[in-house]
Amino acid sequence: MKFFASRFGTSRCALVAGLASFVVAGVALADGHVYTATNPAWKAECGSCHVAYPPALLPAASWRALMMQLDQHFGTDASIDAKTAREITAFLEANAGRARKETSATPVLRITETRWFQKEHDEISARTRRSPAVKSAADCEACHTQAAQGDFSERTRRAPR
Amino acid sequence: MRPLPFVLAALLSGAALVAGVVHAARPADFLPQWQRAAKQADAGFSGFSAARGEQFFNATHGGEWSCASCHTRNPAAAGKHAKTGKIIAPLAPAANAERFTDAANVEKWFKRNCSDVLNRACTAQEKGDVLTYLLGVRP
Ligand code: HEC
Ligand code: HEC
Ligand code: HEC
Repeated sequence: MKFFASRFGTSRCALVAGLASFVVAGVALADGHVYTATNPAWKAECGSCHVAYPPALLPAASWRALMMQLDQHFGTDASIDAKTAREITAFLEANAGRARKETSATPVLRITETRWFQKEHDEISARTRRSPAVKSAADCEACHTQAAQGDFSERTRRAPR
Repeated sequence: MRPLPFVLAALLSGAALVAGVVHAARPADFLPQWQRAAKQADAGFSGFSAARGEQFFNATHGGEWSCASCHTRNPAAAGKHAKTGKIIAPLAPAANAERFTDAANVEKWFKRNCSDVLNRACTAQEKGDVLTYLLGVRP
């Protein structure tokens, strides 16, 4: 299947790579890759269609951009009422990964398109990637069994077959 | 414009929120309002139909997905998000007591899912048909 490798081949590659380097600081700060920041509205709303992705894995500018277009959210309508959206945006911004530099370019919206993510995951075997148990690279839970608890540590990882 | 009832309603719903009343409705309570709206939209409206609801639920409507793509053809069973693979608890109230108990949540998901499946909002008739169908599904 196409998911990890194909992301490199796109024309957005350079842009994504450039922006991704700003994300790294936040990720490195998280102790042992367990992300504990939580908020009830975020957990309920952003955890209903997929695991609620930890805010530290994207910079604030990315979250802001993503939250502005929830009605067109990666091919699906994820719109929420304005009040809840404001609360979630504030939570995401407050716990976002730190951007090292401000940038005027379009922010990357996918964690899986950040250079940090692709580097961290480039040694996963082709067999694991093709496994029917892994829907896409965004299906963190297929390999990080405690992703819903924010735990991406080595202890809770497994290779799906 | 009738400001007073509106203000009262706003106050009441505000109070309900503050009190943490989430399970404000029973599934069948949703039908009368959709019935009124369906009648208003079509004078020939002659009631909701479980058979029509089932057909609607299992059919695609010009796009890639049907309701069953995520909720399966058996809404008493757990479903699976067609894109992300996340497990979705059963949609039929008989199999999942939390379904159709929170009006805001019901309208939120109808908006999202109808826009994904039909590329438009669902009509009151369609919502009523689907709920009538779901109410009859037994685990
Ligand atoms: C209605 C369903 C739905 C809801 C609600 C939803 N999402 Fe998503 N989200 C998706 C789908 C579908 C994808 C694409 C998954 C894929 O490509 O495998 C996605 C992808 C993402 C991605 C990109 C993952 C990656 O790195 O590839 C992020 C980030 C994200 N969502 C954040 C959020 C946030 C924040 C919220 C809450 C405000 C939210 N989502 C709510 C359906 C939803
Ligand atoms: C196909 C399996 C797979 C999927 C899917 C996957 N990961 Fe990973 N992830 C791994 C493996 C294996 C490692 C360890 C890589 C290494 O050390 O070389 C890892 C490492 C990580 C790390 C660093 C942890 C550490 O201790 O160094 C983080 C954070 C992480 N993944 C987050 C995510 C997120 C977020 C997602 C979903 C958007 C995701 N992963 C999807 C397999 C996966
Ligand atoms: C792409 C996947 C997907 C499709 C297609 C889909 N749904 Fe859903 N639906 C979901 C998810 C995810 C939830 C919320 C999960 C949860 O509450 O456990 C949900 C929740 C609902 C709810 C909320 C019920 C409640 O009270 O909690 C209703 C109603 C609903 N869907 C109806 C429909 C109808 C009708 C269709 C077809 C027009 C449809 N869905 C198509 C994914 C989907």
